[in-house]
Order: sequence, then structure tokens, then C-alpha cells
Amino acid sequence: MALNNIYLDNNATTKVAPEVLEEMLPFLRESYGNPSSMYSFGGELSKYVERGRERIADLLGCHPREIVFTSCGSESDNFALRGLIDAYPEKRHIITTKVEHPAIKNQVPYLRKKGIRVTELGVDRKGNIDLDELRQAIDEDTLLISCMFANNETGVVYPIRLIGEIARERNIFFHTDAVQAVGKIPIDLSDMPVDLLSFTGHKFHAPKGIGGLYIRRGIKIRPFIIGGHQERSRRGGTENVPYIAGMGKAAELAKKNLHEENTRVRKLRDKLEQGILSQIEDTEVNGDTETENRVPNTTNIGIHFIEGEALLLALDKYHIAASTGSACASGSLQPSHVLRAMGVPFTCVHGSLRLSLSVYTTEKEIDYVLEILPGIVSRLRELSPFHSMEDIKAFGA
Amino acid sequence: MWEYSKKVMNHYENPRNVGEIEDADATGEVGSLICGDALKLTLKIDNGIIKDAKFKTFGCGSAIASASALTELIKGKKLEEVRDITNKDIVKYLGGLPQEKMHCSVMGQEALEAALLDFKGEKKAEKEDDEGEIICKCFGVTDTKIKRVALSNNLHSVEEITNYTKAGGGCGSCLYKIEEILDDLWRNVDRIPGPGLGFGLGLGERQKKLSGGKMTVVQKIKRIEEILEDEIRPILRRDGGDIDLIDVVDNKVIVRLMGMCQGCHAAVLTLKGLVEEKLQELVDPEIEVVEHGLE
Repeated sequence: MALNNIYLDNNATTKVAPEVLEEMLPFLRESYGNPSSMYSFGGELSKYVERGRERIADLLGCHPREIVFTSCGSESDNFALRGLIDAYPEKRHIITTKVEHPAIKNQVPYLRKKGIRVTELGVDRKGNIDLDELRQAIDEDTLLISCMFANNETGVVYPIRLIGEIARERNIFFHTDAVQAVGKIPIDLSDMPVDLLSFTGHKFHAPKGIGGLYIRRGIKIRPFIIGGHQERSRRGGTENVPYIAGMGKAAELAKKNLHEENTRVRKLRDKLEQGILSQIEDTEVNGDTETENRVPNTTNIGIHFIEGEALLLALDKYHIAASTGSACASGSLQPSHVLRAMGVPFTCVHGSLRLSLSVYTTEKEIDYVLEILPGIVSRLRELSPFHSMEDIKAFGA
Repeated sequence: MWEYSKKVMNHYENPRNVGEIEDADATGEVGSLICGDALKLTLKIDNGIIKDAKFKTFGCGSAIASASALTELIKGKKLEEVRDITNKDIVKYLGGLPQEKMHCSVMGQEALEAALLDFKGEKKAEKEDDEGEIICKCFGVTDTKIKRVALSNNLHSVEEITNYTKAGGGCGSCLYKIEEILDDLWRNVDRIPGPGLGFGLGLGERQKKLSGGKMTVVQKIKRIEEILEDEIRPILRRDGGDIDLIDVVDNKVIVRLMGMCQGCHAAVLTLKGLVEEKLQELVDPEIEVVEHGLE
């Protein structure tokens, strides 16, 4: 039985929840005022902005005043790093990891040019960082640690509490890019040693174009977007009322759905993963399969001896949307920096398949993928000159 | 998402000639799994004719389609015919490839070349691209290959080189070197009479060229006309003048000066100092330029 649009790429973006769209529509239709205005048609809208802020704060366990709205996760990441570096010019060293999202990773060359020393921590085969290495990397000059909460490609969750405790001990800031964690696993900032945290709405069923940065009270930071007095002068730009309201609603739904995400969605993910591993030979999970060490919606499977883009094209024919760490799919010619940093062999990197679910994923869809995928893989393997490590070594010799 | 032509999708979904010929007369293996694409081509050759061709490929949709297209292009053809097949023929056959995927067609050409050399008992490695200095360490691309592909496909930018050869698409540390190679290459090519190194050609033509080819009269006239158009006329036109090529007899180039140049005292200077010098530099040092009616 064929199904339409089986969307298993929720780490790329998510469906806008119908409730979220409803929440937004009045602000796109009749209530279009500017919340900074002195008359009620505009000024009254600020209460919807604040309601959005409260809902986000409620999901993250922080005070609403600690939330600054931005346009996306990348802006939040840039704001966090550059805002702190500019506010504390006397400190010239930061620590991050080799598996960060490009919004952090690609700031590194820029920061180095500006004279900032950057340590990029490596990861092990499962994608975990070494906390001793982190401790050793800290020196007198260190301003901050930036480590993602959960990895977008593998779903691996980092020991945020332990990293935060190390940062506290040494009196340095700790920023985490939590874009892939918010709405998937419980986060309670009132009980976590985190100073700044980036998030974006479109990963938890709000639309694209709205994100935010949590900044713990009392932290001095320079604005990244300089402008008016909005967001208590920390981020210029007229408040994006409909999107803030929408993301607020999405946060409310995410909080409600956290239990389902960690029970039903996790079960479906596990069924999908186990099904692939048992039905298709020469496959392995990239990442850490311990329940606590991975977000519940993601699996990254290395399918040996085939190439990921060819696989995605074939899945697309069946309206199955997924993602790969293969070089050919990226347009950059380089396969996934995350999988390479983990030391995943190339046989596996080029054939990696990331499947990421959401609360909208159904069991029927998972069964359908399990029905279709083995056939696609065996067709591509028939085309491949490689069927074993020996083939690979002997090739071209 | 890539925009693949219908033909690419067709060859990806229903690739022709998949497999491996058991007792192949020629085998070409190029690429590697590390680089993300690899192609094995096997041929059955009888009496100078490719009776059968089969491929196996590890790679993306366009790599599969390129390999499939290649086998269709060469099956049933004479060896002399397939020697001149280049990546451009594969691209044309497929109704185009995205720029970023051109390297897939180059891999097809290389597999064919490797197989043809294998048939002659030579190894590609000893022959061409592996000679020279490795410029891109990420993908193991030599300067020889960069030059060959640049000339063959008329590539002038580093980005194009990356699209066609992958060179520079990894860490990016060799990008400036590629730029230098391109600068040098195109500066020198303009000085070489005709496609002297034969880089722009398929294997057969290239070998012919390398064994000592001379510019034909037609090639020479074309080249002179190109230089007049690109280098000389823009200068003359600034002063309201122009120039026409009348004839080429051995190394004597007969021209007519027109417009403001006609009857100008500086005309001789123009002819000798500008036109003759340029043609000597770019075509043949023996060239003499003469004004029409004065020869």
C-alpha cells in the first residue's frame, strides 16, 4: 500500500502544527500593529509577545525575561558567541567541539581571524566528548564553552549538566546550541548550570523564521543586531508578533507532547532502527544507542557499500523524505563532518541514512519504510562494485 | 536538491548494462570509495569492436546515470570511434548534468580511458593523470588532470574545476594553487599554436597530437582571426579604425587597414608594432604582416 509524503526528516524542519497556524493568523490578518506603538491597536499586541515569551520560558524552566527572540537558531548561535566575546574583550579563548552545527563551527575561522584562540574538542566513535580533555583545555584566558545539547545528525545528547558544572567551577560561561533538543527531551534551566541556550521554532512545529536565545539573568552581552529598544535593547528589530505567538503555542504543545515523544515516538524509532538492522546486512547505528544519550526521534544508520544520495533519490520515488551524510547530497563534496569526527569509516559515512521522526509519525509509515527500504538497498548494492572490505582494498590496484 | 534531466533519472532508475563481464578483454577501475564514487567498466572487444560493455558503480544518481550512458555510447562501436569520447559526450547524451555533478561524467571518461589503456596492456597510472604533482590532497587530484579537464571543457574558474574534478572541494587549502594553475594554463595556451598539447581532445586524438601535430592552414587562419578580433580590433576601434584579414600565404599575413587607420601615418607602426608583434607572440614567431596592395 502506497502512502503519501512520509516525512522522516524532522531534524531538518517540522510540519507547522495546525494549532500554531491558528494562533498566528489573527496577527497576519487584522491585528497587524506594532507592539511598540502608543495606541492600543499596536501597543496591546505586546501582551501577545509576552505570552509567547512566557510559554517558551515555561517549556525551558526559566524566567521569561531571560528569553530574547531572534530570527533563527543560527542568529542565536552568532549572538551568543559574538555577543559574549565583544562584552568580555579581555578573555581571548573559547572551547567548542568538532561536531557543532555550521552556525557555531563556521564561526571558528572568523573568530580566529579576529585573534580569538579556539579549541575544538574531538569526539569518540560514539560521538561523545572527553570531559578530561575539556578540563585540560581550560586556561586563564578561557571565556566560554559552547557545546551542542544534541547532535543534529546522530541525535547524540551531550552531558550538559557535567559540562556546565565544569564551567561553573572554573568560572567561565557555558553556551549550548539546543536546537535539536528543545521539545524532544525535558530541559529545566532552573536546575541546570547553563548560561546561554539557543533554540529555533521550526524544529518543534512552529514555522521557519523565529528562534530565541536564553540568557541567564545577570550576564552581560553585546547585542548582535543593533537597533531599537526591543527585547530590552538586546536585539533590535520590530517584534515578529505572529511568529512569536506561533512559537509560544508550539512550545505549549511541545511541553504537552514531551511524554509522547519519549514513549510512542521513541518506540517507533526503535522499531524502525531494529527493523533495518535485522533486515539489511552490513548496517550499523552511527552514534550512541543508550536511551539517555540520544534524542528519542533520531536514528542514523550506516548502510555499507552504497551511496546516500542514490538512496535518497530512490526513497523519494516512494515519497519517503530522509537525509544522508554523504558528500554527494551536500554539494560540498565533503561527507558529514560529524561522522568523520567520530571516525566512522568512509564505507559507512557515504551510505549513512538519517531518519528523524515526530509526534505526527505513524506506525503505518514506519512499517511502510521497513517494507520498501530493503529492496532499494539490494538494488543499489547490485549496482555497486563493492560487497566487502576486500573489494574496496583491491579496487583499482 | 539537484535538478536532474529526465534522461538522467531514467538512466538512474533503469541503468543499462549493469554488471561485470567475466572474461573481459579490458577493465577500467577509477575513483575510490573514500572519495564517494567509484566506477568499474569491463569491455568485451572483438576485432577492434566493443562487443559488450558493463559497469558497476558506487555513487550518486548522476554517477550511475553517467556510467550507464557511457556503456550505451560505446557498445557496438569501433575502438577508433570510442577513443575520442569525452565527458562532454556523456553530458550531451544525458541532456545535461548539474554543474556540481560534472565530475561524474569525467569519471566516465576516465574509466573508458583506463579500460582502453588496459586493453593495450598499459596502465593508466603510468600514463597520464597520475603523473604530475598532487594538488588536491583530499581527493588525490594532480595538476595534470586539472589542466586536462580545464582545457577539454574550457574551464576558467576554480569553482568549475571543483565541479569537474572535485579538486579543492575538500579542505580547500589548495584553492589558490588551482587558481595559479589556471592562470598559467590559459596564459600559455594562448601562446601555443592550436590545441598543441591535445588536452582538449579524447584519448585517440590526444595521442595523435602528442606524437607531433602541426597547425593546419585553416587552424592558423582561425587563430589569427580570433586574435585580430580579441586583441587588435578593440584597440583600433578606439581610434575609429579597423582591420580586415585578406589572406594568409605561408607566414605572410595580408591585411587591410580601414576607417581612420586608412592613410594614417602611424599605420605602419600599427601594423608592425601592434599587429605583427601580437601575431608573432601568439601564433608563430615567423609571421610577417603586410598591408594589402603593398605585398
